[in-house]
Amino acid sequence: MFAHEFVRNAWLAGSAIAIASGLIGYFVVLRAQVFAGDALSHVAFTGALAAAAAGIDIRIGLFAATILIALLLGALGDRSHADDVAIGVTFAAILGLGVYFLALFSTGSGGGNGLLGARTLFGSIFGLSATDALIAALIAAGIIAVVLAIARPLLFASVDAGVAAARGVPVRALGLLLLALLGATTAEATQAIGALLLLGLLAAPAGAAQRLTANPYHALGLSAGLALGSTWAGLTISYLIPKLPPSSAIIAVAAGIYLTAFLATSNLRQLRPRRAISMISRTET
Amino acid sequence: MVSHLPIAALSVDLISDFRQLTAYPFMVNALEAGTIVAVIAGVVGWFMVLRRETFAGHTLSVMAFPGATFALLLGLSAAVGYYAFCGACAVVIGVSAGGTRRHRGEESAVTGTVQAFGLACGFLFLSLYQGVLAGYENLLFGDFLGITRGQVLTLAIVCVLALGFFVIVGRPLLFASVDDPVARAAGVPVRGLSLAFMLALGLTVAATAQITGALLVFALLVAPAATAQLITPRIGASLVLTVLLGVLITWVGLALAYFYNYPVGFYLTAVAFSVYVIARLARAAIDHPTLLQARSRAVHAPA
Repeated sequence: MFAHEFVRNAWLAGSAIAIASGLIGYFVVLRAQVFAGDALSHVAFTGALAAAAAGIDIRIGLFAATILIALLLGALGDRSHADDVAIGVTFAAILGLGVYFLALFSTGSGGGNGLLGARTLFGSIFGLSATDALIAALIAAGIIAVVLAIARPLLFASVDAGVAAARGVPVRALGLLLLALLGATTAEATQAIGALLLLGLLAAPAGAAQRLTANPYHALGLSAGLALGSTWAGLTISYLIPKLPPSSAIIAVAAGIYLTAFLATSNLRQLRPRRAISMISRTET
Repeated sequence: MVSHLPIAALSVDLISDFRQLTAYPFMVNALEAGTIVAVIAGVVGWFMVLRRETFAGHTLSVMAFPGATFALLLGLSAAVGYYAFCGACAVVIGVSAGGTRRHRGEESAVTGTVQAFGLACGFLFLSLYQGVLAGYENLLFGDFLGITRGQVLTLAIVCVLALGFFVIVGRPLLFASVDDPVARAAGVPVRGLSLAFMLALGLTVAATAQITGALLVFALLVAPAATAQLITPRIGASLVLTVLLGVLITWVGLALAYFYNYPVGFYLTAVAFSVYVIARLARAAIDHPTLLQARSRAVHAPA
């Protein structure tokens, strides 16, 4: 399978993007900010199509739009936790703008160009060139390096913002940085698995990792590992079954892993004392 | 960067163009369907915003895409796929949210995974279908040209059913949405209500998606409700205002899409967003700015 160049490119880019998504995804789930990731993935669609309509490199549009909107979401929200309703209204409008660019681009290039729209929404990892793959891998490596560098204070700030702030951890700056990294990851992942599906790579491995281990560092590593595993398995499956699109296969594997983790731990969980107490306090009212 | 977009063209005179708008039967169908959808999406969306379930609402709304492609693959009517997938997804989210409510992060992980998986299925169905790819845009972004009398009738029935549901459970649902623990203590079946609401949300979304497309339903759900709740805190007033705003946004959006040749979804979201931004700015201007600063400072330093 690795005899083909397009497969090697896909594995290179896919692996790097998966690790970045897994790491970022863990913090996103921990801070209950998956909806922000959802919003940014739609922004990515608009960014890509705006760049296409303007005739510049799609990557520029992707990264500019997602990082800008990510910072905006952080600025709007309190302590970098943007209000869900404000996010919802904003990204619906941005997505509508994407539809406008799609129409503009399709008519501008003489019609018959649903392809770019479909590629942006659902990704085309087997269509990456060697240069595309290398650039994607390098950017992902940069994201991974930054996340690992700030992992410790970010974890502190995510688990207990009040105490972290009292200890002098720059909670708000870290929150903004995380959102910017999330934006960059979104732009990255859009090229591989598409704007609509990257949410699965952010949420599913992280959700599964959180279920499987209570140690945050183990969970962080496990989340990246599961994302990587899903990507490899998905790429292999879709190589063997050409009818199955790679992004669908990757997300299906990731969702399957989460479901398995969910079912495997749902009985154990109720036996843990801490959980039991919080359950009582919630339901006994 | 985007300010040169034809927002200026929004100043079209609706009243004088009304005759032109209703000249064709397809447009009459579209306006009727749009009005029905706006009413029910407004009511459901109002509760959705109140309950802070926007992420679940958005996930349900994109489920219309796999629903439609699945129906396409099997050769069924798209509406069947919409209702089946949105309904099933509502049950999944409702049940799993009940099991994970202790941790918001986990709940959002479940919702996000369900959403991505549903869209992945939709993409798979689309590639299996082998048909022309050109049609997918209408599923995602809406198409108001092809609405039939039958669809309008189905929409009307769904709308009446959903409104009936809210007439019956409106009061306890409101109670449960505003103050969950007290409602529980008063014997309100909170979990059952929240599942029932999720189902109503799913079915409404399925109905709405036929007009606005899977990706833009959310605009009609969230924007009128968010705007109305910004304008007035009174329950009845903001509910009525939500419905009025929804109908207005839909009519303006449809009219613009009729007169100018861009997708209806774009106009709907642009109008909805403008209304929301205006309301938000007005609210910020009315509330004393220094008071706002003081409040946010208090929130920033809770420890």
